[in-house]
Amino acid sequence: MPAVQETVERVRRIDVDQYRYGFETQIESDKAPKGLSEDTVRFISAKKNEPPWMLEWRLEAYRRWLTMTEPTWARVDYPKIDYQDIYYYAAPKPKKTLSSIDEIDPEILKTYEKLGIPLREVAILEGVEPPPGGPPSANRKIAVDAVFDSVSVATTFQKELKAAGVIFMPISEAIREHPELVQKYLGTVVPTSDNYFATLNSAVFSDGSFVYVPPGVRCPMELSTYFRINERNTGQFERTLIIADKGSYVSYLEGCTAPQRDENQLHAAVVELVTLDDAEIKYSTVQNWYPGNSEGKGGIYNFVTKRGDCRGKNSKISWTQVETGSAITWKYPSCILRGDNSSGEFYSIAISNGFQQVDSGTKMIHLGKNTSSRIISKGIAAGKSQNTYRGLVSAHRKATGARNYTACDSLLIGDKCGAHTVPYVEAKNSSATFEHEATTSKISEDVLFYCIQRGLSQEEAVGLVVNGFVKDVLQQLPMEFAVEAQKLISISLEGSVG
Amino acid sequence: MSLLEVKDLQVRVEEREILHGLSLNVNPGEVHAIMGPNGSGKSTLSHVIAGKPGYEVTGGQILFRGEDLLEMDPNERAAKGVFLAFQYPVEIPGVTTWNFLHAALNAQRKARGEDEISSPAFLKKVREVAKSLNIPQDMLKRGVNVGFSGGEKKRNEILQMALFEPAVCILDEMDSGLDIDALRIAADGVNALRSPERAMVVITHYQRLLNYIVPDVVHVMSKGRVVKSGGKELALELEESGYAQFEDAA
Repeated sequence: MPAVQETVERVRRIDVDQYRYGFETQIESDKAPKGLSEDTVRFISAKKNEPPWMLEWRLEAYRRWLTMTEPTWARVDYPKIDYQDIYYYAAPKPKKTLSSIDEIDPEILKTYEKLGIPLREVAILEGVEPPPGGPPSANRKIAVDAVFDSVSVATTFQKELKAAGVIFMPISEAIREHPELVQKYLGTVVPTSDNYFATLNSAVFSDGSFVYVPPGVRCPMELSTYFRINERNTGQFERTLIIADKGSYVSYLEGCTAPQRDENQLHAAVVELVTLDDAEIKYSTVQNWYPGNSEGKGGIYNFVTKRGDCRGKNSKISWTQVETGSAITWKYPSCILRGDNSSGEFYSIAISNGFQQVDSGTKMIHLGKNTSSRIISKGIAAGKSQNTYRGLVSAHRKATGARNYTACDSLLIGDKCGAHTVPYVEAKNSSATFEHEATTSKISEDVLFYCIQRGLSQEEAVGLVVNGFVKDVLQQLPMEFAVEAQKLISISLEGSVG
Repeated sequence: MSLLEVKDLQVRVEEREILHGLSLNVNPGEVHAIMGPNGSGKSTLSHVIAGKPGYEVTGGQILFRGEDLLEMDPNERAAKGVFLAFQYPVEIPGVTTWNFLHAALNAQRKARGEDEISSPAFLKKVREVAKSLNIPQDMLKRGVNVGFSGGEKKRNEILQMALFEPAVCILDEMDSGLDIDALRIAADGVNALRSPERAMVVITHYQRLLNYIVPDVVHVMSKGRVVKSGGKELALELEESGYAQFEDAA
């Protein structure tokens, strides 16, 4: 059998068994009644002991949502979602205030251990060899906020961060403890009226992370949030808000997994980033929600709104994403380049296999003078999946000297999948310089044979070629996550579990 | 026992028979040259020995140290010591030569039940090998064959040959695309790897290469068969009179 044909066969055989994170945790949970109404919104707000302004904000979003319709422009196809058949809130029981990690339900701790997420405050040792000529391994600390279904169950390294002046806590706590910051920034990047899913999130979001880095502070460690959907028929609506004040820097990573279930689950998150003058946020995502089984049954609907606002001059926001999971991905992490000389980056690896559908990309909105942006997108389609890059680059009338460079590369494995590139470019200022490059290629028979003749197996050869294809983007990830992402990519495309 | 024994090999590509009963015996330490006009089946032979997909073997056998080579996957053959130096080595963007060679060597070692070689140990080894072949270290850091000149690509093949230490090397039209200086450098590399244990099969269209890599045995192929075998003087004879005299013999 020709080598490519064999790879295609292997990819076709990939089954649910391959999803390593598909287990379910048996814990009691506290849920809101099924369905969505004003009462649901009030229930969630009450559960969180929210101040009245927050409830009002949610209700306004809810009323707005009732008047909106679900968007249909993306190249994805799914049966109509019954929004009354979803639980909007689920929290692990018993619900009490935790003062230390030892009070967390051991079942939940075990879950995160299985997922390889350290909730205990230990420095992570890099278990990898440094590349030739690279820097030697060093112990690094990563602070983790773990979100289980609708609530945050643990946030590590709180004390150390506090000493640096960095606020890193569940957003539900931030609403109570730092209302002035939350009120000042929440909904200013993604307004409650922004789009159908963002508005829904605004009404029912239950938890997520809040980060504030004060002026001039370089956050002393990587911050990370780990999202886990466990409950059946539950939507996850997390809300993340990160503010980097003048001259500060923070690097943030989120990871996601969910159990294998036959029914589809909805994930509609909102992430808002704000950078003030000279500040920088680096936001990385490794998304591995359950993608559905080999017949296309089950999996997460990932309808997410992520946007960063480079509000201050010389500020910078960089998105890096590795998307391997979800049945459907609808996601466009974007940058509003408002401050003069601000810059935005989007580095993306989107892998689709089986029956997965991905419609993802970015928007770079150039408003300020001499703003620059860079888009590097790598799409890999295998199986019967459809993989679309959709991106907008626009320059406002006043965006003199705006510059963008876009490169979209697609790699096809097999002949039953599709890769699509839909770029939108709008320049209202004649001095703007926009470059766009796009390529589509297949893994050729000759390349595979060359690798195999040198002793590599079929799967190793595909893994090697794919990792080479995505290298530019992997390099943007923090070291440990790059190694993890590399493994994940191989697993997503191989016929066997690593 | 021969190292490599091709017996009455018949091969088809898409219903068309390319090799009609080809036989060849290669012993350790020998260098065999296979010459012939375009379309005589030289490259088909090299591909079938290495196990390239797309060829259908309809008859005959290939034995490697007495084992049936055709029953093995191509990577298994590589681990056993069969190496093909490609006429057109492929480019693999984003994968450094260093990384590629390390992965391939470890895959071969694993298949043979040997321990994997660590990154530092490998780095040391590959640097030594590169140095012995006068290959600049810089090449190891670049993407596999990406932006390499014709000569560099061939030297990369020889580097791999030296690193993997195969028992039999098939050199498929190694001279194509090389100027005379590059050819000499590549040939020097190959000669350095000649040893009493290792056999080489040099496939070429022109006699020129054989001035630099002097063969023990020369085979002339025409229309899918070996039509004449002899010593190195046979190559010179061919240079004089061309392939036409063998067309009728086939």
